[in-house]
Amino acid sequence: MPRYILGRVLQAIPVFLGTTFLIYFMVFAMPGDPLLALFGDKTPNPALLAQLRAQYHLDQPFLVQYWYYMTGIFQGNLGVSFSGEPVTAILARTFPVTARLAIMALVIQSVAGIAVGLVSGLRKGKLFDASALVVSLILISVPIFVIAFVAQFVFGIQLGWARTTVGSGAPTQDLILPAFVLASVSFAVIVRLTRSSVIEAQSTDYVRTAYSKGLGRNRVIPVHILRNSLIPVVTYLGTDFGVLLVGATITEGIFNIPGVGNTLYKAIVLGQGPTVVSFVTVMVLLYLVVNLLVDLLYGLLDPRIRYV
Amino acid sequence: MSTSENLTPARPLLEIKNLEVAFKTQNGMVKALKGVDITLMPGKTLAIVGESGSGKSTTAHAIINLLPGSGKITGGEVLFDGKDLSKLSQKEIQFIRGREIGFVPQDPMANLNPVWSIGFQVEEAIRANGIAKGRAEVKKRAIQVLKEAGLEDADKRMKQFPHQFSGGMRQRVLIGMGLSSSPKLLIADEPTSALDVTVQRKILDHLETLTRDSGTALLFITHDLGLAAERAEQLVVMYKGRVVESGPSREILQNPLHPYTQRLVAAAPSLASRRIQSGRQSVVAAAGTPLYAGAADAGVTESIDLVSAAAARAEQVAHTPAAGNAIEVRDLTKIYKIRGAKGDAKTLKAVDSVNFSIARGTTMALVGESGSGKSTVARMLLRLEDATSGEIRIDGVDTAPLAGRELLNLRRRMQPVFQDPYGSLNPLRNIGNTIGEPLDVHKVGDRKSRRARVFELLDQVSLPRTLAGRYPNELSGGQRQRVAIARALSLKPDMVILDEAVSALDVLVQAQILRLLSELQEELSLTYLFITHDLAVVRVIADNVSVMQGGRIVEAASTDEVFGNPRMEYTKELLDAIPGAHIPLGV
Amino acid sequence: MSNTPIDTVPEKIPERSPDHFVAALDDTPLVDVDSVTVGEKPSNLWIDAWRDLRRRPTFWISLVVILFIAVVAIFPTLFTQVLPDQNCSLDNSNAGPAAGHPFGFTKQGCDIFSRTVHGASTSLSVGFIVILLTTVLGILFGAFAGFYGGWLDSLLSRIGDIFFSIPYILAAIVVMSVLFAYRNVFVLSLAIGIFAWPSTARVLRAEILRVKNSDFVMAATAVGLTRFRILMRHVLPNSIAPVIAITTISLAGAIVAEASLSFLGVGLPPTFMSWGNDISQAQSDLRTNPQTLIIPSLALSITVFAFIIIGELIRDALDPKARAQR
Repeated sequence: MPRYILGRVLQAIPVFLGTTFLIYFMVFAMPGDPLLALFGDKTPNPALLAQLRAQYHLDQPFLVQYWYYMTGIFQGNLGVSFSGEPVTAILARTFPVTARLAIMALVIQSVAGIAVGLVSGLRKGKLFDASALVVSLILISVPIFVIAFVAQFVFGIQLGWARTTVGSGAPTQDLILPAFVLASVSFAVIVRLTRSSVIEAQSTDYVRTAYSKGLGRNRVIPVHILRNSLIPVVTYLGTDFGVLLVGATITEGIFNIPGVGNTLYKAIVLGQGPTVVSFVTVMVLLYLVVNLLVDLLYGLLDPRIRYV
Repeated sequence: MSTSENLTPARPLLEIKNLEVAFKTQNGMVKALKGVDITLMPGKTLAIVGESGSGKSTTAHAIINLLPGSGKITGGEVLFDGKDLSKLSQKEIQFIRGREIGFVPQDPMANLNPVWSIGFQVEEAIRANGIAKGRAEVKKRAIQVLKEAGLEDADKRMKQFPHQFSGGMRQRVLIGMGLSSSPKLLIADEPTSALDVTVQRKILDHLETLTRDSGTALLFITHDLGLAAERAEQLVVMYKGRVVESGPSREILQNPLHPYTQRLVAAAPSLASRRIQSGRQSVVAAAGTPLYAGAADAGVTESIDLVSAAAARAEQVAHTPAAGNAIEVRDLTKIYKIRGAKGDAKTLKAVDSVNFSIARGTTMALVGESGSGKSTVARMLLRLEDATSGEIRIDGVDTAPLAGRELLNLRRRMQPVFQDPYGSLNPLRNIGNTIGEPLDVHKVGDRKSRRARVFELLDQVSLPRTLAGRYPNELSGGQRQRVAIARALSLKPDMVILDEAVSALDVLVQAQILRLLSELQEELSLTYLFITHDLAVVRVIADNVSVMQGGRIVEAASTDEVFGNPRMEYTKELLDAIPGAHIPLGV
Repeated sequence: MSNTPIDTVPEKIPERSPDHFVAALDDTPLVDVDSVTVGEKPSNLWIDAWRDLRRRPTFWISLVVILFIAVVAIFPTLFTQVLPDQNCSLDNSNAGPAAGHPFGFTKQGCDIFSRTVHGASTSLSVGFIVILLTTVLGILFGAFAGFYGGWLDSLLSRIGDIFFSIPYILAAIVVMSVLFAYRNVFVLSLAIGIFAWPSTARVLRAEILRVKNSDFVMAATAVGLTRFRILMRHVLPNSIAPVIAITTISLAGAIVAEASLSFLGVGLPPTFMSWGNDISQAQSDLRTNPQTLIIPSLALSITVFAFIIIGELIRDALDPKARAQR
């Protein structure tokens, strides 16, 4: 296992360098003045422009710029936002809110998704399974902002069960509806993934052998069928984190939740290019870290990876 | 077992009566078992023999009600100790499984859950069957079970996972679990067919000792008639979901009455090699077939009788004057760089200074167990891989420097047939294109003549011409192997490398293909390199044998010499491991 | 199980013992060994998949829906004579349905139905350009990495890893922010496609690794085919099925991506008819005029749904294992 962890961490380094380089390249190696391009049709305040020029070392060659940028990241310096506030300060304020929302969504999608997928797989072809398949397909097809509006309209406006926008301080009960919205797409994917893994596991030789040893269903299903079906689901949670980040941006924007996603959302809507780049970078770094953790979790779940 | 004669109670332990099983498919219910009767007395051993699709494994699964999802018992009864198992509730059958009926499955690689440790899986069985209680007690018992099954260092290996065990070791674990609660009956479904012959023999010996000691009755399922007769007192021969013949093993072997059993006896390589060894004639001819002297079947049985095939071959080779060596291999070595367990670079000598030569028009068998390097030799001969050192000469020409046109010429003269009938044909190309592809690549003739050649080749391997427009998934394993042979022959090569070419086939089909190979060799004066793990087949097809172990050739001589007078201990062990080596044949 | 020595072989065939049972030949007729039964029609993976699809009503329904949307996208004027972005009058702001305007008007007083009809071509164009891009890049990278292996594989796979490590919508947000002044259908498709191809490449690479070790590939090598011909003739055709299934599904993904980016404001400029833009502009009218939001949302969801369903059906049809799961 230590070797596996080390290997994974070492593998993550070139990817980390590559992704940051790629983002940096996209922004600053384009022809013309990158800062003016980022401000689009807006005219930036000259003081801010000067500060940004200094921050990104635009007078230096491209690779030197990148070098300064990277050393900045390692020193915890993520630059300043459009308003001149350090990005790290904004993160400190907004990250806890997003973390709460994301964890709620993660719990909802994993617990509900695995449970529904398991029952569906065990009752293949029955009514429950058929309905779960249809519902999951619909949830996968409807874009998250449409789901968010439907939820706002039905639960907020028509039924009045929840507030359509989140109150100040983002109290947890206000986050319940957005968390469900955020969880919906991944919930559907997890249902389908769990279902097909469960169906596959049920026909494996080792499950038959488990029954032949005299084990009952209430032992075989959790220990041999579900346990093995979790491996692909956990792997999926890694890739899914990207969906979650984009989803959080849109959901936080629509429900006006003061989180990281909302900051990005506002920056995009207001056309504040440099802030957009800073926050996308933060999200990509987060995504890399989460995927590294998922890889390690995968090693824990699958002994064939752990002990080569 | 011999002492239990007067203790045997009158009631059978297992009595299967008129059992019917059907599977739900897209085309409705398809019957897999059509009225099977089997009786097994306590403490006895019984073997069910049959080819794939005969229903032998379905019978085993039906007994403990573990048919796959789409399968259902549709009639008859399974009486175990007087209780009808097919009518029991989930809870009741669960109580019987493991506790009273143990089960040893077929493929040791797939039957242990990869995510749980060996100890966990054994302890789970022990706890489920109430053999021991309490953590320490269960663990102690688990170690004991594994030790009895032949895992000496069980206490150290309890925490290891299945992928850290070899196939043989895993099978021992499965046997240990099957026997952990000293059941009255153990069902072993082809328990060793995935293993090397020498391992197979050790494990079966061990299984025999264990069941004899505990008085457990054994229901043994196998495709190998020789193995069945050697390991069981009673035989049940199944064919297409029915029992065609059953009775005392030896009697069935010596006096097979049903034409199907006669076919099996004639085609089983283990028995054929034994028969050739004892210098006797074909069992079918001698038996005189008292019940069904079915003339219609005589031709079929003749075509799959290995002994007569071998005799015909031997005669033909004797008449062909030796005309020098087609293939000469000198000091052939292949070293692979692999990554060691600690991530460090290591080297593996897969083939180690191998020398042999094959005379034109003869067959040499290269025999060895998995990992012996025999297939690597084949790939180097075919220039699919380059040798690390050493020399391969084809008709006196070193093949290593050949390239371009010359390499194409070499390929034209030497073609392979591989093992896996399901992998050796491109599933998206039709049979005609597959057989014709070599002609196309080598630009032989025009479209029309190529088409004619494809038809000719189909005729040669006895396949109907209508198959030219069909795809591989419509063919059986044996038919695919015929197509692979036709493809290999399309360029009229002198040499054919047969890499386990018949190993994956059912015995009757295997015998047919072996016969076909012999005929083609005679007709086209082919030189064969026949690579196999099965010494029994070698007896029928080869003139000379080289035995490989750990990358080296340990013994090389004529087939008669190797079988009659093996010099190396390893060769003796291999010969000894041929199932049925000790059965007296009444012929 | 005694090991009787050979010399005790009985001279005569033993008498038939009472428990030696033989079935009557009439009950157990023998069939020729390995006889060939040729079915009525040829069958292989593709033929079988088509037979499977042909029998499914959902396949035909989704296909009709997709073809209908395609017709709407190519010939929008067949369905509405009202121009989507001219003739808007603030007099009609948020007005309800009227003659010739079945769903009423937006806040700007534009016809909702006409805008929705004209938005179809944007969604489909982005979808098709993106999958063209991901398929070409995915096949190039996946096929070469998987088939040739070695350093090429390491290089191509690492490049793929880097692109894969940036969620493609986030990447597109950055690209579109930089190219804000150049926003159009093609640039947007490029921004999405350039980061979406690694999943196609990964699927294909895994499939190629599986296929390239088949015996039929070895046999082709032994016949003397060149590596490239083996790739094109034997390996790629047998690896492409999962790519086709995932491509249909990623077409749906690209449509969603376009709508999401337009919704966020970094997709297409408001001068383009785009469902994402319309939904974005309608969000403030959720309480007062829900159909400005509902109609484009419905159009978007139905389109995506049809592509996802057909993609799932194709995937299942091309995978015999999945077919058995149903």
